[in-house]
Amino acid sequence: MNADLVIIVTAILVSTAAALVGTFLVLRRMALLSDAISHAVLPGIVLAYWLSGGERATLPALLGAAAAGLVTVTLVEWLTRSGKVKNDAAIGIVFPALFSLGVLAVSLYFRHVHLDMDAVLYGEIAYAPFNTLALWGREIPESWLVMGSLTLLNLLFVLLFYKELKLSTFDAGLAAALGFAPGVLHYALMALVSFTSVGAFQSVGAILIVAFLIIPPATAYLLTQRLPVMIGLAVGVGVVSSLAGYGLAIWLDASIAGMMATVAGICFALAFLFSPLGGYLTTRLRRERERLEVAARLLVAHLAHHERPVSEQEVLAEFGWNPAFLRRTRDKALQEGWLEVLRDGMRPTPSGLAFNKTRFAEDL
Amino acid sequence: MTAQPTPPVPGAKPGAPSPLSVRDLTVVYREKPVLWDVDLEVPAGQLCAVVGPNGAGKSTLIKAVLGLVPRASGQVWFFGQTLTEARTRIGYVPQRGAVDWDFPTSVLDVVIMGLYGKLGWFKRPGKHEREAALRCLEQVSMREFAHRQISQLSGGQQQRVFLARALAQDADLYFMDEPFAGVDTVTEDAILKVLHELKGHGKTVVVVHHDLETVRAYFDHLTLLNVQVIASGPMDEVFTAENLRQTYGERMMTASLPITHRG
Repeated sequence: MNADLVIIVTAILVSTAAALVGTFLVLRRMALLSDAISHAVLPGIVLAYWLSGGERATLPALLGAAAAGLVTVTLVEWLTRSGKVKNDAAIGIVFPALFSLGVLAVSLYFRHVHLDMDAVLYGEIAYAPFNTLALWGREIPESWLVMGSLTLLNLLFVLLFYKELKLSTFDAGLAAALGFAPGVLHYALMALVSFTSVGAFQSVGAILIVAFLIIPPATAYLLTQRLPVMIGLAVGVGVVSSLAGYGLAIWLDASIAGMMATVAGICFALAFLFSPLGGYLTTRLRRERERLEVAARLLVAHLAHHERPVSEQEVLAEFGWNPAFLRRTRDKALQEGWLEVLRDGMRPTPSGLAFNKTRFAEDL
Repeated sequence: MTAQPTPPVPGAKPGAPSPLSVRDLTVVYREKPVLWDVDLEVPAGQLCAVVGPNGAGKSTLIKAVLGLVPRASGQVWFFGQTLTEARTRIGYVPQRGAVDWDFPTSVLDVVIMGLYGKLGWFKRPGKHEREAALRCLEQVSMREFAHRQISQLSGGQQQRVFLARALAQDADLYFMDEPFAGVDTVTEDAILKVLHELKGHGKTVVVVHHDLETVRAYFDHLTLLNVQVIASGPMDEVFTAENLRQTYGERMMTASLPITHRG
């Protein structure tokens, strides 16, 4: 089978599965918890590996990972609720502890086996085409089967429980009062995050999966104020990152997963700067425009008080503006047709005078 | 939850159990009592205020009654039924600050959330729910805001959206946590109008309130709370200088407060 296709489809499946559950992590302000889970699943995988007699089996690994993920979440919540440790510190304590347990177990007991630490940390999506298995008489990549099932599982979860997830994310109190068991949904979501993390281990590794879980939803959050659109955009950003990341990685001969996460980061930066909903630069530009508009009104109002044209020097002295700002303000007012420039100064036009009489509330 | 519970309502008319009946309710948070041995009987069809100083456990009372915080002891009946049995008859308006108003959703969507309880699991809201939600928005004069993003609302408008959501729940007993806190006069009037409409339809409303100035004018029934119930009953009987002094006054140790039951 075409190796490019195997890698690209695997990446798209990973990013889709991650974006679906990641959206709710971001909205629940639990982004950091995904970092914790993706690391803490390691001891779960090791334990499952040991229990299943050293077979490299997917299903026990998934179950072990989910168990470890839920242990992480429970420990973090328990520590936080004790009131002695804040939530961020609790996360910072629990996941290195569990991760180091996994690292120790690997180094002590599984030295000889194929549990490569580099692959755990960074993943190697480029190997995806080599791991195939026979299904209904056809060779299919293992990553397709694993990530395809996880994508389907996450999709079903979000579709079936969309209403319940939305309510318990927005208002857990009401969800509980209406009998929707927000706690159960919470742990189900965390189990799926654990599944997704371990499923993505082999392809993108424990560190970069966080980029796929968090960056696309965080990007989408900047671009829309509608939840269904946010989910769709998050998946879209993930898919774009996968495609563009793969292309760039091949072109530059760089790490595939690394390039995909980088592209996701670039998507976020673009949304941050240029989002029509209050992107950083968009807001700056709008404020600048508004500032100029107010200054132009101020200028026209000032001119309206004088019978004779007013020179630029007088205006500069009056408002304490610098000449460049006056020029831009004047140009703005000219463009609006509020004033005219004569040889001995500026004078409001009839439309400028009429505009000066309107109230702010009417046109703003 | 197997045997039908018999609500221990003293003097209650048979067949008409109180909308809310609380017995020996105690809530402990980190070894400190937040609510201590609370007994409460809420009369049907009245506007009932729960008033007390900061930290008196007013919000906790609502949350404990609704099973949102664990109880150390105590029983609660709604219309003589358990919480699970009566859930669809109960409406809840949390404090405005309890949710994230930057959540990506619209005003209409938030009001429709009030109908989720009736829909149950899996079933999606449709045209019928949208229309019902619009009618509720109409009642709080927020219909033209239906398609606004909730992040664009003022505090008072947020409160009215919450109120519309509670109306959508179409309950018989409502709990409202500080609905009057920090709202403009338009919203205050809207809330009062809704409270009286609810009362007119025979609903019972339990409101956590903070303002002693207005409590007498707004409500029929008063519960003074400071960890323990200081007094509970008809407004005129309970709203006395002595009771208020016992609730708010003189930094008394809560454990030594006498409990005076009336009404």
